[in-house]
Amino acid sequence: MTLKDLSVGKSGRVISVGGEKVLRRRLLEMGITPRTVISVKKVAPMGDPVELLLRGYVLTLRLEDAEKIEIEEVSS
Amino acid sequence: MILALAGNQNSGKTTLFNQLTGSNQRVGNFPGVTVDQKIGNITGQKDMSIVDLPGIYSLSPYTNEEIVTRNFLLKQKPDGIINIVDATNIERNLYLTLQLIELKIPMILALNMMDEVQANNGSIDIIALREALGIPVIPISAAKKQGLSELVEQVLNTALHKTKPERIDFCPAGEDPTGAVHRAIHAVTHLIEDHAENQGIPARFAATKLVEGDEPILDALKLAQNEIETIEHAVCEMETETGTDREAALADMRYQFIEDICKKCVVKIKESREYQRSVRIDSVLTHKIWAFPAFLGIMLMIFWLTFGVIGAPLSGMMEWGIDELSGAVDDGLTAYGLNPTIKSLVIDGIFAGVGAVLSFIPIIVTLFFFLSLLEDSGYMARVAFVMDKPLRKLGLSGRSFVPMLMGFGCSVPAIMATRTLASERDRKMTIFLTPFMSCSAKVPIYALFTVAFFERFQVLVMISLYLIGIVLAILSGLLMKKTVFKGAPVPFVMELPNYRFPSLKTTFLLLWDKAKDFVQRACTIIFLATVVIWFLQSFDLRLNHVTDSTESMLAVIGRGISIVLAPLGFADWRVSTSLITGFIAKEAVISTLAVLTGAGAMELKDTLYSLFTPLAAFSFLVFTLLYTPCVAAVAAVRRELGSLKGTAVIILYQTAFAWLAALIIYQIGRLFLG
Repeated sequence: MTLKDLSVGKSGRVISVGGEKVLRRRLLEMGITPRTVISVKKVAPMGDPVELLLRGYVLTLRLEDAEKIEIEEVSS
Repeated sequence: MILALAGNQNSGKTTLFNQLTGSNQRVGNFPGVTVDQKIGNITGQKDMSIVDLPGIYSLSPYTNEEIVTRNFLLKQKPDGIINIVDATNIERNLYLTLQLIELKIPMILALNMMDEVQANNGSIDIIALREALGIPVIPISAAKKQGLSELVEQVLNTALHKTKPERIDFCPAGEDPTGAVHRAIHAVTHLIEDHAENQGIPARFAATKLVEGDEPILDALKLAQNEIETIEHAVCEMETETGTDREAALADMRYQFIEDICKKCVVKIKESREYQRSVRIDSVLTHKIWAFPAFLGIMLMIFWLTFGVIGAPLSGMMEWGIDELSGAVDDGLTAYGLNPTIKSLVIDGIFAGVGAVLSFIPIIVTLFFFLSLLEDSGYMARVAFVMDKPLRKLGLSGRSFVPMLMGFGCSVPAIMATRTLASERDRKMTIFLTPFMSCSAKVPIYALFTVAFFERFQVLVMISLYLIGIVLAILSGLLMKKTVFKGAPVPFVMELPNYRFPSLKTTFLLLWDKAKDFVQRACTIIFLATVVIWFLQSFDLRLNHVTDSTESMLAVIGRGISIVLAPLGFADWRVSTSLITGFIAKEAVISTLAVLTGAGAMELKDTLYSLFTPLAAFSFLVFTLLYTPCVAAVAAVRRELGSLKGTAVIILYQTAFAWLAALIIYQIGRLFLG
């Protein structure tokens, strides 16, 4: 599954990060690397983007970009 | 001695810079791009200047901010780096630190917001962190001015003794899944050492970047073909061994090293009070429903405070002051017996023109003040979060929303606010679209015309004008997305920082900068424009001073332009002339019309009936709404775009668009109204 499929309140562990060159680089730099645990905190009022918590800080991602991140769900 | 201040966005970098330098700073531009370069002298130290580098997350070569930072560090070779790190968000902040260390420039770590960590029962083992990173670590709180003298002392020490970072190798302890990465980096370092030295690039930094696939570094090193092949071979081997590609492998290595450090040195905070507070605030401000009324409320409040309470009265006072001064100077010059033409230049040209623009300063500054409060408190990021979806259709991100909205107040601060946008593309496009938002200086024109022509539908006509502006902005945005700004937008990967109380010192220093900048421009571009308009207004084609403004060069030009404007329904030369003076400040349209028709304020309404049919009046309003931004806005565009060509394009595009829109309205309207 991808990060896009994760519902609010759930957490997932990153398996791999995809996406175009610049986007992918940015995701990696912001700490979305394999084995990182990410939890979904909120969805924006219009349904997109999502608010994520990882490495102790809050990050927002668009769903189309979140879709590029392979994860496995973990219990938080 | 030159120091560089580097760090992530939201790490408190600007606050620290302001604390270290006081008001002793100057703003310049990094060469070639509109990224601010702030330089200041450290208070109480001789010959110690510090450069505030833009907030970045990594030393990648993608955004202007990253490129500027890299070039500065590699080419200017500062004597020392202060790397500011947000202690409450240490993992991600250290990612940049690891790359900075590789530059082998004397460096120290300023661990900011340590007070917050401690208040939340967290802790960071400073000695162990220092040991692990191999650079001095000083805990500080920039906002509370804690630890700053220790910081300065340590920086001085490190830079004077040229103490380089003790380690540049970041092998995670224990089992070593990234050993392959290290072998690759070492092999490449070995291979390129001489080249790097020749180019003045630190070898380790160059090697890491090469393994990561960094093209600018590859070009800079001027490697031979067989060397490039050897590097690619090493990278290939690393990729097979780690089972991932080069970029992920390096990011993974750095973060693994950071995780190891944090395990050893950091007692993590579960959920800090600041975080909990942010969650509570966001339960309203990014709530599914309440987000919108809350946002609307905040914006209305800002506009009300700016135009109703603070800005407008101050502007009124400023206008009064300028009038008084102008009157006094006028009397003085008359008494002195100065040549009447020169006196007219001073009074009617400079005082009237520059004065009209200067009297906007309070409004501009007040709006900008609120804007920077929104930015520094963290709310701007929330607005971007909430509004991202609709703006994405234009190829923009939610970040552009507030600057564009500010355009309804005044384009000048709105355009200045684009400086905080993350990508160049977003910045340019937002600057392009902001003038479509009908600014407040046009309201007097709308008011006069709607009262005269559409008394029963006054509100409706006003609203329709605003809507036309918005709709045309959307159409223009779509058009630009398909043409000029084609291609993938910069990804929207944005941090939502915890809400913080903005530092007033930082805000006021920023305001001071911006106001100074605006006055400087008022004294150059705007001054020039007003003198030109005065000249055209005061002389005829034979350069005789005219007493009757109907014979001036401006009137001649107005007559010329009126031919072009005739299909729009207003062929009278006085109308076109008033549009020219509207370039100085939009409300000048009315005063010029009054002067040229010789009508007083009372009779102006009746005069308008002789110049316009109701349909032509509406067409005129649409034209005024859309045609070239005023000179102050143009100066702001020029400043933020950093390109004369781009500025000219905006002026021409807006004016052509205005002409077309008014033409369509008038001609189609005529079909229906007969």
